[in-house]
Amino acid sequence: MTTIVADGLVFASWLFLVSAGLTLIYGVLRILNIAHGSLYALGAYAGASLVIVYSQREAWPYGTFFLLPLAAVVVGAVTGPVMERGVLRWMYGRDQVLQLLVTFALFLILEDAVKLIWGVSPYYAFQPYTLLGEIHLADVVYPGYSMLLVGVAACAAVGLWLFTSRSRLGRLVVAVIHDPEMSTAMGVNLPRVYVLTFSLGASLAALGGAFTAPMISVVPGIAVEVIVVAFAVVVIGGLGSLEGAVAGALLIGLVRSAAVHLFPALELFAIYLVMAAVLLVRPHGLFARPEARRI
Amino acid sequence: MRQRNVHTSVARRVAGIAAAAALAVAVGAPGGTAGAGPARPAEVKIGIVTFLSGPAAAPFGIPARNAAEVLIDEINAGRAPAPYNQRGIAGVPIRVVYVDEAGGADRQVAEFRRLVLDERVDLVIGYISSADCLAVAPVAEELRALLVMFDCGTNQIFEERSYRYVFRTHGHQILDNVGAARYILRIKPEIASIAGINQNYAWGQDSWRDFRDSVRRLKPDVRVMGEHFPPLFGGEYSAQISALLGARPEVVHTSFWGGDLESFLIQQLPRRLYERSTLVLTTGDTVLPRLGRNMIPGVVVGARGPHGALAPNVPLNRWFREVYARRFNVRPVYPSYHMSQAIFGVKTAYERAQRQVGGWPTREQVIDAFRGITFDTPSGPIRMALGRGHQAIEPVAYGITSRFNTATGEYDLTRVVVFPAECVNPPEGMTSADWIAQGFPGARCP
Repeated sequence: MTTIVADGLVFASWLFLVSAGLTLIYGVLRILNIAHGSLYALGAYAGASLVIVYSQREAWPYGTFFLLPLAAVVVGAVTGPVMERGVLRWMYGRDQVLQLLVTFALFLILEDAVKLIWGVSPYYAFQPYTLLGEIHLADVVYPGYSMLLVGVAACAAVGLWLFTSRSRLGRLVVAVIHDPEMSTAMGVNLPRVYVLTFSLGASLAALGGAFTAPMISVVPGIAVEVIVVAFAVVVIGGLGSLEGAVAGALLIGLVRSAAVHLFPALELFAIYLVMAAVLLVRPHGLFARPEARRI
Repeated sequence: MRQRNVHTSVARRVAGIAAAAALAVAVGAPGGTAGAGPARPAEVKIGIVTFLSGPAAAPFGIPARNAAEVLIDEINAGRAPAPYNQRGIAGVPIRVVYVDEAGGADRQVAEFRRLVLDERVDLVIGYISSADCLAVAPVAEELRALLVMFDCGTNQIFEERSYRYVFRTHGHQILDNVGAARYILRIKPEIASIAGINQNYAWGQDSWRDFRDSVRRLKPDVRVMGEHFPPLFGGEYSAQISALLGARPEVVHTSFWGGDLESFLIQQLPRRLYERSTLVLTTGDTVLPRLGRNMIPGVVVGARGPHGALAPNVPLNRWFREVYARRFNVRPVYPSYHMSQAIFGVKTAYERAQRQVGGWPTREQVIDAFRGITFDTPSGPIRMALGRGHQAIEPVAYGITSRFNTATGEYDLTRVVVFPAECVNPPEGMTSADWIAQGFPGARCP
């Protein structure tokens, strides 16, 4: 039981990191960003590159832990404004199919950009993965890094909550989520909120990628799998809801972990089983906002 | 009158052709004549299809393309050792058109038609994905185009159908897992439990089933302690590793490849699954040069045949490793060896056909010469023994990583065992599933 919960939490943390940005962007911009997976991949490549370069200098090994969020911030700061101001701002209010096609095109372009910059050979940045020692739970050893992942996800969740509920900018974002027209009328600089939110969402995706990089071999194609599970998480939680992303990630994480331990044959099915069950009861997801009817 | 003239001229022409044919047969019968077949071409054009992008490019597609590049350059220059020292194919230079295998089976069918009908290639060497092999084989048959499969693993191709225009110059997947089962029971005859973690698609499912059934056929009291099938390119395996650590099987089998295999190895390292269970990696050879020091000791490594680190120390292999490493600064892995088998098989078949007909052979003559041949490769001799001479069998080798070798940058392999082809491949006319189920009838093992 302990291992099921521990594995569930570790997987849920990863799920939250890869899907929080997706739901934030949808909440504000109303765009379902398929290129979110590519931002995750960019974060993974950037994080891996920084760790590899840094590790060759035989410097303080724990320094690598600061490079991972740095990579995420850089990716968000560079790609966010370019994608939002350069492409997506022309798409607001358009047909959703068109928005999906445009973000899919961005996804394809970014996939090729990754290959152009980093090539097709894998990158290993496992140095941070073994630095934090190990933790014994029941009969099973966990790397300290997995617990760091849980911590990072928790910080991201609390940080986002504080941002949206306590900071001025965060409240503006919430106001825009609830009523963009009224917010504009009240003097909110909508384009600025949009570009900041998109960059923040991109940074979150990249943060997920950067913290995953030490656990995997970073290769072309890692974006695809991520986008599928991220969509499942935000659909379960309710599109645009941060609490929903937390709940969706925890639900999928724990159910999938139970499946792996108790009924391994159902593992792949578990995510979709949860999704189907939730959508049957609440067709708009667990934390979907009630839509105010406009007269 | 006019009609009679026409008749006369036709009759005269027929008589003339008959006389010429009779003369040709009379003169040419003992050794054949150069004028009997097609004219000697300026080049042999080969379409080579392998993954040049996507997740399978780095572990498989690129090493295979690299092998094709270096081998064809060497062969065209006449620098390959005997019996391949004749320039090109029977003196005719080889030209290659590379095609990316990414994009799925439908796209590959379209690309194959383009290669044959528009590019007019003489043959296609290709396909790493079994799905692509299964989709393209009937099209090759329909177009009467020569197709040499170089890497795909499915046993369905020649066990469920027979083809005239399709060949496969390496053993199919049965040998990996029968070999792994025999190897593990040889080094650990007392094992009582196994478990598997394999990708959730045909390759992973078939590999695990063949391994599990082979082990249980050879030692019926072995218990199965877990069968995990995470999604392809899942990348995150902590829950499965926890489950395997908790179940404590003596052996963990995986046919993971590429990034998935490397991620799994990295993630189990601090959790020391490799200390609790013996890991069996059927495609492990591909990651040895890339992981280097980060590989671990005591892991059973296979190469889907006697390839890569497990290839025999013969002159052709030493030459292949040297020319490959000189150009790409890394040693060849098993997809490179599979590519070499396809190229040497094609060269052997063409040159045999050329000797038999005494001139440039037609496609049909090449196919007749290809069937059932034995030819030399860097992995040792390969025999086209199954599928009525269209499907190769080959031995399989397994070894254990022991000590990191700073000179090669890889772990040395010890306790290497080579199982002969007749030990790990079913006999002609029998399917792999039946062969395992019936307890390997006809297997000849040392």
